[in-house]
Amino acid sequence: MDLSAINPAVLVASLMVASVPILLAAIGELVVEKAGVLNLGVEGMMIMGAVTGFATAVQTGSPYLGFLGGAAGAAALSLVFAFLTQVLLANQVATGLALTLFGLGLSSLIGQGYVGVKPPLTTDVPFGPLADIPVLGTVLFSHDWMVYVSVAVIAAVWAVLKFTRTGLILRAVGENHEAAHALGYKVGRIRLAAIVFGGAMAGLGGAYVSLIRVPQWTDGITGGAGWIALAIVVFASWKPWRVLVGGYLFGGITVLQLNLQAAGAAIPVEYLSMSPYLITILVLVIMSSGRGRASLTAPAALGQNFHASR
Amino acid sequence: MLRLEKRPSPSRVWQAATPVLAVLLTMIAGGIMFALLGKNPVEAIRTIFWDPLFNDQFAAYSRPQLLVKAGPLILIAIGLSLGFRAGIWNIGAEGQYVMGAIFGAGVALAAYPLDAVWIFPAMVLAGAFGGWLWAMIPAILKTRFNTNEILVSLLLVYVAQNILASMSLGLMRNPEGGGFPGSRNLSQYPAAANPELMTGTGMHWGVVAAFIAVIAAYVLLQRHILGFRIKLAGQAPRAARFAGVDPRALTVLCLGISGALAGLAGVFEVAGPAGQISIDFNVGYGFTAIIVAFLGRLNPIGILLAGLLMALTYIGGELAQFMLGLPSAAIQAFQGMLLFFLLAVDLLSNYRVRLSVRGGI
Amino acid sequence: MYRRTLLVTAALSASLAFGGAALAQDKTKACFVYVGPIGDGGWTYQHHQGALAVQEAFGDKVEIAFQESVPEGADAERVLNQMALSGCKIIFTTSFGYMDQTNAVAAKFPDVKFEHATGYKREHPNVSTYNARFYEGRAVMGTIAGRMTKSNKIGYIGSFPIPEVIQGINASFIHARKVNPDVTLAVVWAYTWFDPAKEADSAKALIEQGVDVILSHTDSTAPLAEAQKTPGVIGFGQASDMAAYKPSPRVSSIIDNWAPYYIKRVGALMDGSYAQADAWEGIAGGEVEIGEITDAVPAEVKAEAEALRDAIAAGTYHPFTGPLNKQDGTPWLAEGVVANDGELAGMGFYVEGITGDIPK
Repeated sequence: MDLSAINPAVLVASLMVASVPILLAAIGELVVEKAGVLNLGVEGMMIMGAVTGFATAVQTGSPYLGFLGGAAGAAALSLVFAFLTQVLLANQVATGLALTLFGLGLSSLIGQGYVGVKPPLTTDVPFGPLADIPVLGTVLFSHDWMVYVSVAVIAAVWAVLKFTRTGLILRAVGENHEAAHALGYKVGRIRLAAIVFGGAMAGLGGAYVSLIRVPQWTDGITGGAGWIALAIVVFASWKPWRVLVGGYLFGGITVLQLNLQAAGAAIPVEYLSMSPYLITILVLVIMSSGRGRASLTAPAALGQNFHASR
Repeated sequence: MLRLEKRPSPSRVWQAATPVLAVLLTMIAGGIMFALLGKNPVEAIRTIFWDPLFNDQFAAYSRPQLLVKAGPLILIAIGLSLGFRAGIWNIGAEGQYVMGAIFGAGVALAAYPLDAVWIFPAMVLAGAFGGWLWAMIPAILKTRFNTNEILVSLLLVYVAQNILASMSLGLMRNPEGGGFPGSRNLSQYPAAANPELMTGTGMHWGVVAAFIAVIAAYVLLQRHILGFRIKLAGQAPRAARFAGVDPRALTVLCLGISGALAGLAGVFEVAGPAGQISIDFNVGYGFTAIIVAFLGRLNPIGILLAGLLMALTYIGGELAQFMLGLPSAAIQAFQGMLLFFLLAVDLLSNYRVRLSVRGGI
Repeated sequence: MYRRTLLVTAALSASLAFGGAALAQDKTKACFVYVGPIGDGGWTYQHHQGALAVQEAFGDKVEIAFQESVPEGADAERVLNQMALSGCKIIFTTSFGYMDQTNAVAAKFPDVKFEHATGYKREHPNVSTYNARFYEGRAVMGTIAGRMTKSNKIGYIGSFPIPEVIQGINASFIHARKVNPDVTLAVVWAYTWFDPAKEADSAKALIEQGVDVILSHTDSTAPLAEAQKTPGVIGFGQASDMAAYKPSPRVSSIIDNWAPYYIKRVGALMDGSYAQADAWEGIAGGEVEIGEITDAVPAEVKAEAEALRDAIAAGTYHPFTGPLNKQDGTPWLAEGVVANDGELAGMGFYVEGITGDIPK
C-alpha cells in the first residue's frame, strides 16, 4: 500500500472536476424546488443534455455550442414536465419519474449515430504562470472553463435569491402559492421559468459529462448523477453555498475511493464503492435531525400543485 | 379559452376511461415515433400488443411469459401503492427487491445440498424479511430524524447493488463455477427451486403471491380500518391526524409492507426465472413497478391489469426488436410516453374542462 | 373419380407447398443474442461485425437476426425460446451470463445449434462453447508497455476478478517484466464491463499515481480519452481498434475478431460438417488481432512486439511458459513448461511480482 502516491492537491483538483455535473444539476434543482416544484426527472434531463450537447458539438465542431445545445435540449424536455404539472396538474413525483424514463429512452435513440464518436476537445483555461504555483496552482488555476462556471452559477443563484426581488418572488411562490397568487404574481409562469432554468442547468451538467469528463457518448452515461444531485439539494437544506459543499463532498469521496484502490489500499473495493452513498445518507440524517420535525427549511409548498380556483 | 373547473369528487366514469385513453394515445404517438425511425407503425404496434397474445407461431409460449414478467411487477406495485396513497414515497423498491433475493438465496445456499421441506418456506420468509429490513432504514430515518424517504430509499438502491456485486463475487460465489461471479443456480436445486406450478401456464409461486396480494390489498383498502387510514392520510393529512392516525406508525407500516412485498418478489425471482444471484440480477422491476402502480391508479385491480399491460409492452417490445429491428431504446421511450399520457389524461377525472367566452383566467 | 382427382390435386398442391417451403428453407437463419448495444464500440460491436461478416460471406443463403441489450436471466431464456420458435437454426449467445439459459433452451430444441461465448457448460450435444485467447494479445501489449513506460508504473483497469481478466493481468505483467525488470503494476477494479464514466475515473486515478501506460479490460474508449489529457500517457484499444485515438495515446490495440469463427460455424452447419466444439482460438486462428502499432512506438519496440505476435501465431511461443512462480513464491511452471488450458481457464492467482490481492 503506497498512500504516499496520492497527492492531495491533485486529489482536490480531481474532485472539483468530478463534482461539476452534480453541482450544476443540483443548483438548477434547488431553484426549481425553491419555487415549490419537485422535479424528480433530473436524471432524464441530464442525459438529454448529454446527448444533445454531444450531438451539437460534433455537428458544429465547437464544444461551446455543444454546451448551449445541451442546455437547450434538456430545457425542451423540462417543458414537457412543466406542461404536465403546471397546466395539466399531474402528480409531480410520478411525472418526474416518467420524465427520467422517457429521457433515458429518447436520449438513447438520439444518440444511436454518435456512439464511439470523438467530440471536439475542450482545453483548460490558460492561466499561464498562475497554474505553476505549487499547491494553489493545481487546485485553482488548471481547470477547464465549466469548473469555474459551475461555481459562478452557484454564486449567482445565491445572490439572486438573497438580494433581488425576483428571488423574493420565487421564494414566496415556493412557500405559499395561494398567498403569492392573491398578491397578483403569476404562479404558473414563475414555476415554468424555474423549471426551464433547472432543465438548462441539468443539461449543462450532462453535457459536461459527455463533452469533457469522459468524454464520449453512450447510453446511460450519466450513471445516476441526477439522483445524487437531488440528494445534494436536500443535504444542502436548500441553501446554495451548501450545494457546493455537498457536491464536493460526494465528488471527493468518489475520487478518493478510486485513488485508494490504485494505491493498493487494503479496504475491499465494494465498501469503497458504497461509501459515497452511505456517507450521503449519513449527512442527510445529520442535517435533517438537527432541525426538529417541523422545518427542514424546505419550501412549504414543495410538491403541491397550484390551481387558481377563483 | 379553456378553463379548468375542479370536480367536487373524481368522476368514476373518467377514472375508468383514462387508462384506456392513455393507451390509445400512446399507441398513436408511439406509432409516429416508430414511423420516424423508419419502421412500419401499424406493424410495430401490432407486434407489441397483438402478437404476444395471438400470433400462431409463438403465442402459446409468450402468453404464459406475460405472467412471469407481470408477477414481480404486480407484487411490488401493490406494496408501493399502499404507501403512495398515504403520501409515503418508497422509490427504493429495487434495493428492497435485491436484498430480499440476497437473504432468500443466502438461506438456500447455506442449506445446500440438503433436501428438506422447510427450505423453501424459510427462503420465502427470509426474503420478505430482507426486503422489510431494507425498507426499515428509510422508515426509521424518516420517523426519528425526519430524513426524506425518497432520497434515502433511492441511495440505498445503489448500496444494495454494491452488496449484490460483493455477494456474487465473494460470499455467495459458486465454488464449482470456474471462478466466475454468480451463485449456484437455485432453480436447479429442487428443494429451493421456484418452478412452474402447472406447465405451460407460467405460474410460479411469485405469480400466486401476486394474485394473493391483489386480493389482500383490495380487502384491506375496502374493508379494513387500516385501509381507511391510508386513504385518509393521503387525501387529508390534517384530518387524518385528528382522526387518530399516527403518521409515524403509518410510515413504518407502509414502508414495511412495500419492502416485504418487494423482498418476496426478489426471492421468488431468484429461485425461479432468474435462477441465481449474479451481478446483473436486478433488471429494474422496482422502478417499473412505480409506473405500474400509477398506471393502475393505485387501485389493486387496476394494478393487476396495468402489470399485465406493462408485461405486454416488454414482451411485445422484445419481439419488435427481434423481428422488426426496432431499437431497444424505443421501447423504453414508449413506456415513458405511456406514463406521460396517463398522467396527462388523469386531469380529466379530477377537473372538468369548460369552454369559456371570457378572456383570461 | 372425383375423389381421386381431388386427392391427386391435394397431393400435388401439398408437395408444391412443401417444395416451396423447402426452397424457402434454403436460407439458413443465424441469430445472435447480445448483452449490450451494437453501438457500444466494444464487445457487442465486434460480435455484430462478425454477424455482418457472415451475412456478407454467404449472401442470399443466410439470413441473420439479432437482439441487443438482452439482460442475463429470465429475459434471455425467453428471447432464446422465441428465436428458436421463429426458425433460427444456429444461435450465438455472446455473454458468459447466458450459460444456464442457453443450455436450458437447447434441451427443448434439439435441432437448433447453440454457440455460447466464454462459457464452459455443454450439457447437450447441440451446445458448443467458444472463447478467444485474449491473453495472447495482452502479452504483446505488455511487451510494448514494459518498453515504453518511463515511470516504470503501468496500470490495468480490471472489470471483474474472473479467470479471463486474471490471465490478462498476469500475461501483461509477465511480458512487461521480461523487457523491464523494474516495472510495477497497479490494478484498479471497475466492476463493470462497460461504464465510460467509471473507466475514465479509474484511468484518472491511475494517472494521478504516476502510471504512464494504461491497459484496460473494460470496453469503452474512456481510458484512452483520459490518457489523452495528460501528455506522455499511452494506452491500447480494447475489443475494437479505437482508431480515433491514433497515433497516440492508442499505440496499438487488441481486436476481437469473431468473423472467422462465425463464418466457419455457419458454413459448417450449411454444408453438413457441423460438430459440437469447445473452441479457444487466439492470434493463430484470427480471433485475436493486434491492431496497427503506430509510429509513436520506436521501431525496435515495434519489431519486438510483432516478432512476439508472430511467434505466438506460429505456435513456437506460449505466453505462459515457465519458469514462473505464483505470487506467494510457490513454483508454478518449471523451466520450459507451458501452462495447460485447464490451469488457465480456472486461473485465480497472480504471478510473482504483482503486489496486491485479487478481491474476494
